[in-house]
Amino acid sequence: MSEEYSVEIVNPEKSFLSKNDVTEVVVPAFEGEIGILKDHISIISFLKPGIIKIFSKSGEESFYVNDGIIEFKDNNLSILTSLILNLKDIDKEKISEIQKSAEEELNKSDINDQEKYLLDQKLEALKSIN
Amino acid sequence: MASLDDLKKRISSVKSTQKITKAMKMVAAAKLRRAQESAEKGRPYSDKMNNIILNLSNGISDIDNAPKLLSGTGEDKVHLCVVMTSDRGLCGGFNTNIIKKAKLYFQKILDEGKTLKIITVGTKGYDQLKRLYGDNIIERISFKESKNVNYFDADKVGKIVIEKFDKNEFDVCAIFYNQFKNVITQIPQEQQIIPLKTSEKEENSLEDNYEFEPEEDEILSNLLPKNISTQIFKAMLENSASEQGSRMSAMDNATRNAGEMVDKLTIEYNRSRQAAITKELIEIISGAESL
Repeated sequence: MSEEYSVEIVNPEKSFLSKNDVTEVVVPAFEGEIGILKDHISIISFLKPGIIKIFSKSGEESFYVNDGIIEFKDNNLSILTSLILNLKDIDKEKISEIQKSAEEELNKSDINDQEKYLLDQKLEALKSIN
Repeated sequence: MASLDDLKKRISSVKSTQKITKAMKMVAAAKLRRAQESAEKGRPYSDKMNNIILNLSNGISDIDNAPKLLSGTGEDKVHLCVVMTSDRGLCGGFNTNIIKKAKLYFQKILDEGKTLKIITVGTKGYDQLKRLYGDNIIERISFKESKNVNYFDADKVGKIVIEKFDKNEFDVCAIFYNQFKNVITQIPQEQQIIPLKTSEKEENSLEDNYEFEPEEDEILSNLLPKNISTQIFKAMLENSASEQGSRMSAMDNATRNAGEMVDKLTIEYNRSRQAAITKELIEIISGAESL
């Protein structure tokens, strides 16, 4: 029996990626990383900034996401995100740009704990790329 | 009758206007294709978002504790209207149609004795509304600098709306935009985004049992603000496709009208030229006869 299912990543502008030979996807869910295999129970969750890893027959791909929502149902995984970057063709400048603005944001005094948590996560993820 | 010289001048001026409108039409056609494409590409995102929200709101057991963005503040006193128009003119009835639709709604709100607040997106809308509803306009936004519609602009508008909602500045929020049907037809739309209307609820039965992480309420309260931005983004995409479509057909009409005008003027020009020649001939002949 095949162990593959399909994944689709969409951002507001377009459908970013669509694959149907995926064996596992690891997403940075809000409460920790989740690995999703075939026949996972239907789940809705949202993402914190981090790295999405997609394992498929054709190899492994990684993406950086800023935020997002995932929905898994009937062996279809949909990932909605406002900002997604493929780690393969990412440029360092862009990363440090995002990193900088996140750091600035973090230094503001009027942010709440949740925002702070998200920003921390963001910086950590960005640092791991660089 | 105008002199021959005047006619000549008018013909050439109409011709150069025709050239401009023709060029604008072609530019609009090229832009339309792109706008249409991105409107189509943007659809999966908003559709999926809608689906997830529907599933989530079905899963909510305790309606009273639902986030306010979904259920509303429980009151219906202050209405916020986001009127989305273009930044440029010369696009036929595009802006006027939205404004007309919006004005109807405004009138209804004011007649019911409710408070009206307006946010205009795009300069043309502000120009048309400022005289009648100048006091009601609390914010005006324009994205003249952005070349293409992008999500971050929409997100900015969304954030403003949510910020105002959090401060209890309004109870109900509606957006006005043109939905793109085809090049000739754009339908002005009024869409309520706060509280969210879940009229399609019945279609999705409760068969799906989702696992939620974290809790439904928490996901919803994170998702709903995003949904607002998404809806606004969708409206912006539809709007930009509509704008180009509307401009294209307006410019097409203008080009055709200019052509007709040139034809008419040319006939008039030829007739008066003929008349002048005939007159000269008569003068010569009668001069010769008198000799």
